[in-house]
Amino acid sequence: MSRYRIMGKGRVDHSAPVSFTFDGKTYKGLRGDTVASALLANGVHLMGRSFKYHRPRGAVTAGSEEPNALIGTSRGAGRFEPNTRATVQELRAGLVTESQNKWPNLSFDLGAINDRAYMLFSAGFYYKTFMWPKSFWDKVYEPVIRGAAGLGKSPTEPDPDRYASRYLHTDVLVVGAGPAGIAAALAAAQSGADVTLVDENPEMGGSLLSDPAVQIDGKPAWDWVEAQLGRLRAAGVRLMTRTTAIGYYHQNMVGLCQRLTDHLDNPPKGAPRERMWRVRAGQVVLAQGALEKPLVFDGNDRPGVMLAGAAQTYLHKFGVRVGDNPAVVTSHDSAWYAAFDLADHGARIAAIIDTRDAVRPDLLEAARKRGIKVLASHTVTTTTGRSRVKSVRAALVRGDTVGAGHDIACDCLLMSGGWTPSLHLFSHTKGSLAWDGQTFLPDRKTEDCEIAGAGRGLWGYQPVLADGAAAGLRALAGLGRAGHDACFTVGNDRPGTGVTHTELPTDGNAGKARAFIDFQNDVTAKDIRLAVREGMRSIEHVKRYTTNGMATDQGKMSNINGLMIAADALGKAPPQVGLTTFRPPYTPTSFGAFCGYLRGETFQLTRKTPIDPWAEANGAVFEPVAQWRRAWYFPKPGEDMHAAVLRECKATRASLGIFDASTLGKIEVAGPDAVEFMNRIYTNPWTKLAPGRCRYGLLLGEDGFIRDDGVIGRLSPDLFHVTTTTGGAARVLTMMEDYLQTEWPDLDVWLTSTTEQWATVALNGPNALTMLKPLVQGVDWDDFPHMSCGECTVAGLPARLFRLSFTGEIGFEVNVPARHGLALWTALMEAGKPYDICPYGTETMHVLRAEKGYIIVGQDTDGTVTPADAGLDWAVCKAKKDFVGKRSLSRPDIVAKGRKQLVGLLTEDGSLLQEGAQIVLDPDQPKPMRMVGHVTSSYQSTMGHPIAMAVIEGGFDKMGETVFVPMPDGVRKARITSTVFYDPEGLRLKA
Amino acid sequence: MLLIHCPYCEDTLPELEFTYAGEAHIARPADPSALSDEEWRDYLFIRTNARGPHYERWRHVGCGRFFNALRDTVSDRFLMTYKAGLPRPPLPQETVE
Amino acid sequence: MTRFSAFSLLKQALNGHKGWREQWPDSQPKAEYDVVIVGAGGHGLGAAYYLAKEHGITNVAVIDKGWLGGGNTGRNTTIIRSNYLYDESAKLYDHALDLWDNLSQELNYNVMYSKRGVMMLAHNTHDVQSFQRHVHSNRLNGVDNRWLTKEEAKAFCPPLNISPDARYPVVGAALQMRAGTARHDAVAWGYARAAAARGVDIIQNCAVNAIRRGPDGAVIGVDTAKGFIRARKVAVSAAGNTSVVMDSAGLRMPLESFPLQALVSEPVKPIFPCVVMSNTVHAYISQSDKGELVIGSGTDQYTSYSQRGGLPLIEHTVAAICEVFPIFTRMRMLRKWGGIVDVTPDRSAILGKAPVEGLYVNCGWGTGGFKATPGAAHLLAYTVAKDEPHPLNAPFTLERFSTGRLIDEAAAAAVAH
Repeated sequence: MSRYRIMGKGRVDHSAPVSFTFDGKTYKGLRGDTVASALLANGVHLMGRSFKYHRPRGAVTAGSEEPNALIGTSRGAGRFEPNTRATVQELRAGLVTESQNKWPNLSFDLGAINDRAYMLFSAGFYYKTFMWPKSFWDKVYEPVIRGAAGLGKSPTEPDPDRYASRYLHTDVLVVGAGPAGIAAALAAAQSGADVTLVDENPEMGGSLLSDPAVQIDGKPAWDWVEAQLGRLRAAGVRLMTRTTAIGYYHQNMVGLCQRLTDHLDNPPKGAPRERMWRVRAGQVVLAQGALEKPLVFDGNDRPGVMLAGAAQTYLHKFGVRVGDNPAVVTSHDSAWYAAFDLADHGARIAAIIDTRDAVRPDLLEAARKRGIKVLASHTVTTTTGRSRVKSVRAALVRGDTVGAGHDIACDCLLMSGGWTPSLHLFSHTKGSLAWDGQTFLPDRKTEDCEIAGAGRGLWGYQPVLADGAAAGLRALAGLGRAGHDACFTVGNDRPGTGVTHTELPTDGNAGKARAFIDFQNDVTAKDIRLAVREGMRSIEHVKRYTTNGMATDQGKMSNINGLMIAADALGKAPPQVGLTTFRPPYTPTSFGAFCGYLRGETFQLTRKTPIDPWAEANGAVFEPVAQWRRAWYFPKPGEDMHAAVLRECKATRASLGIFDASTLGKIEVAGPDAVEFMNRIYTNPWTKLAPGRCRYGLLLGEDGFIRDDGVIGRLSPDLFHVTTTTGGAARVLTMMEDYLQTEWPDLDVWLTSTTEQWATVALNGPNALTMLKPLVQGVDWDDFPHMSCGECTVAGLPARLFRLSFTGEIGFEVNVPARHGLALWTALMEAGKPYDICPYGTETMHVLRAEKGYIIVGQDTDGTVTPADAGLDWAVCKAKKDFVGKRSLSRPDIVAKGRKQLVGLLTEDGSLLQEGAQIVLDPDQPKPMRMVGHVTSSYQSTMGHPIAMAVIEGGFDKMGETVFVPMPDGVRKARITSTVFYDPEGLRLKA
Repeated sequence: MLLIHCPYCEDTLPELEFTYAGEAHIARPADPSALSDEEWRDYLFIRTNARGPHYERWRHVGCGRFFNALRDTVSDRFLMTYKAGLPRPPLPQETVE
Repeated sequence: MTRFSAFSLLKQALNGHKGWREQWPDSQPKAEYDVVIVGAGGHGLGAAYYLAKEHGITNVAVIDKGWLGGGNTGRNTTIIRSNYLYDESAKLYDHALDLWDNLSQELNYNVMYSKRGVMMLAHNTHDVQSFQRHVHSNRLNGVDNRWLTKEEAKAFCPPLNISPDARYPVVGAALQMRAGTARHDAVAWGYARAAAARGVDIIQNCAVNAIRRGPDGAVIGVDTAKGFIRARKVAVSAAGNTSVVMDSAGLRMPLESFPLQALVSEPVKPIFPCVVMSNTVHAYISQSDKGELVIGSGTDQYTSYSQRGGLPLIEHTVAAICEVFPIFTRMRMLRKWGGIVDVTPDRSAILGKAPVEGLYVNCGWGTGGFKATPGAAHLLAYTVAKDEPHPLNAPFTLERFSTGRLIDEAAAAAVAH
């Protein structure tokens, strides 16, 4: 048994030792310990180094607000995390931990040289220097600063663990399972409401777990807690431990992070490490208690100096005496109880130093009975001890005069500067706070929530229990339910009050005092005063200039002390200075918990076509297009992309190619007014398009720029089969719905997305018709020319057949219900064998369309291109009075000369241009060059030379002219041509 | 995450089921060609961007319907939602600052 | 103004830092100024500084409803770059970059401009086409930007996952080496201190309730929480609140204000050497000098002035970061916050004269205002002083929304196919 452990004491399991390592050394703790309690039981107070001065530090708290005792924790490959609070991490078998921010080791850290030069590192020092010589910032100063900063080391391997997330709807969510929270949950649960009670600790009970002598309704505190938790369970209340309410979002949505495996010796295989709950609560009760404040005095940061309440927790919860000879300094009654409890468990209290002159007589009497020396009206002016506090100097204060100090030997120093209500979650809601002379209390609410207990500044179990019950009833009332009042009798209650201080008075040089406010970030009282002296009047400026409150405890330890001192320096009352905003999360929360299931394949689902399995089985290389994966090309053994694409192109032009076009967006526009709707939405005329025929459709935004395009078939007078680009399908449907529902509700039209309903297979090539004919039934081939469509069967499957071409060859698109997609593809592959049918991917599709000058919206257009710019004026029906985007086409800059127009480009030296390359008229001009356009598409073609498309200022009037493409390795010359490189007369379509 | 009431489904659902669709009560002009460039710009681009109660449009992805809402852009709280095509309701008095 | 230097720091260290003076005084408004600037962010304070320094106009007030630098200046992820596509944008942001380069020395205030490089990830063919277009355009404009293979990208930023099995595999990247980050608060404070030293009044916690116009329509001053202040020239540089301020002068703006969220992790030792942006998965990341991973997301979908933002977007942003950098899932989020960004229809700023005599506007920077700070400030000062735009900001007019001459950086990156 380690020296500081009290036999049989606490909620730890004395029969279950657990081994762990800290900085390579093995220690023994008990089941139920945290790393901090186990180290303290072994007499280890030195657990870390501070951020700036690398000062030795120990645990100052026993909870999640810990600023000092941060460690690296690991469990094998990929399972390392920095900055874990030793005061929260539960012991588990084989836990490996390490201290941080030190070199070469924790007890001797070279970085502590900063501490010697502390006068240089005043608040904001880096804004004032490191500016000369200028080049030193990037190369010398910043790397040094960056290397010195940071705490732990980042993980370096991918995380093998899983994370989960869930939604929860509950009538009442109670945050914090201390006495107020338990009372609130009891009250809320009595009416049959669905109640959820959460607590960040492994056990419920809150402060009662550190106060076992308290009696409630005649029961010892721990028995009472157990009984009430039993009642709550019986009432069906959801009890969640190790669950932190991290953020309070709009309309009573609270995020909860539940830690599931970090405390387990052997987590079940595949079990999620953490789970994020998104809780929507009818009413929220915040019963998060209060956080104890440190006192601010020189040397208040040495290992062994800790909050009195923390010492009480280590004693009662963990059976650990934090020292044999503690001194106590306090401005609040609560620390007296800690002293008494420690004295009653074998510690020799060196002294209780109270800053107040009038201390309650019963406390004095209790101290006297225990033989404890009491120094009222005293301040603490300094401490000694490097890796652990050795002595504290106390001095009498009379008015403004600090008397001579005397040193009191001790092996730890317990401090209490009073308590701050924990209102972080309340602040997330933008609820306002009011100053009561001592601290901030909740004021105006913006959400349906109640605050209970110490969070409202109440002290003592009797009022806190009553307040919790009342809050639970108010929450019920908010739900329109009623319940009975509860009444609690509390014995051995420990009421208390205190006063709030700035830094404690000292007889020493205040300018040299190292009185810490933000322990982790090494912000001292004089830093705050310096910031104010330098004109930082807003508390936000003070925070940002000094970094006070920006450490990993997010100001839980430091905000109020910082505010008190800033207000004092400004000569203002604290509420006039204000508080910085609390932001989620309440405590640092792993990225993995936020990710939940959004990782790897489920980060964002990949859409696959019905034909995708065939492509995969046949060696396709895929490319991502919007949310889809599409077959890019089908390489044969030994082929690179270029060779495969050229083969696919040639096979298609020579005989027959087959392409999975299922990703095309498809929308059915149906109804008596369908044609009118189409006339208003698309630029083209639709009235005279006969059923059974198709037309290229062009869609603009209301700003006149091209948004989408696709071939549209009229299947019957009141039914259009619209196709869109792959990425544009959802956008186009939303746009259509928007106009239909809100601008033209008088039109009798229905819109249906059918993208996923149809599998689409494109057949192209001179043999397409020959091959397809025998498979088709129900088409009159004498009346099915290019740009026709109709319903029929193909290979025995019900189909919508389109005769159209995106390649310049005879082409068809066969749509069959998605479930038949693979069967259709297989049947066509089989039937195509005599024609050497060649499956091709998106790259070949791009080459073939580019040879014909067909544009790809989003590649050859970019959201700033009008139909005229793209050479698509022919698709705009001038006779229509109106259509979406028409008015914008007559704006001054849209009709101005010199707009960029889509043309073809052929390089003089036969080289391939790079897509995105910029075009100039004068290659010899100095930079910045005047650019007249850029290459939008560029491919090796089937014609033996590369082809390109480009947008060029005034391009239509520059046919045959030469332009220049300056590349890093030299200037290319290119001739402006038509965009139609292949079969300009379109003879092949008629063959 | 906001809670939004769809006036068509008559159900209050989380924001994830909705998409925002910009300011409400900006009707497309009956005859755009009659508008000056400035008037057309006003229709296309000028927005109230109110700080406080804001008339706006949302679409419920579930039912596919566009509807209107009055939402306070300072608190993000919805004051009401109503069907597309209904006239602009007056501002509730207590929210006018 | 006490000059800042290693020497003055040492000297002050020896006397307990007693000698530092306030960096800017707590000014109360005078009855009249030559120029009133609404909004004490980096842009507004910087404009005041350049008005005083370069145009000799020192009778200037910068007025803010809150604390200086408390808007988007103090809430952004501090990314600085100029590799924009269109000539107009690239030149404007590169002008800012030139000023950034010397800003610490110019202001005698270390703004910690760190040229660590900004890398933009390409995840698919469309990204490659778009980024190559940027790279070539930037090269011919004399703007630093180059293409990296995915292996080169990994070498430049070792935490990057370049596995082809990723949901959004990295296929390459565009790198602007001259780009980087700066300490956002220091920019506001440095400009405030330098402007105050030249006589500018900085008036905090004083809301401007209305811009007042005379019978001839010209600006005559502003109504504020501390009374009416006369001024013949008023420049509005109020970011998310621009619509509200301009509305008081009778002008309706092509702007919408959206929440933009950002977050930091707990601090760790240096692990992330540069800035990485991925527009496809919508996430941006760098590591601050303090050691925190600084992560930005896209805007929430609805307009808002709440500076709050929702959880789903943050979940997506963190997931996106962990998808590209899988070593970070066990890092912890320390703090998440929101700002309000004002967005124009073409995602480019408006910087110039408003159609009211004596009124100038600088707004619409969307998610990219911080990087422009010195440039926008410098050009706003020029425009106010000369009553005409500088050639660099001449294209960024309000009029472009009626003529159709948009500078549509967002559309140029539009994803379709």
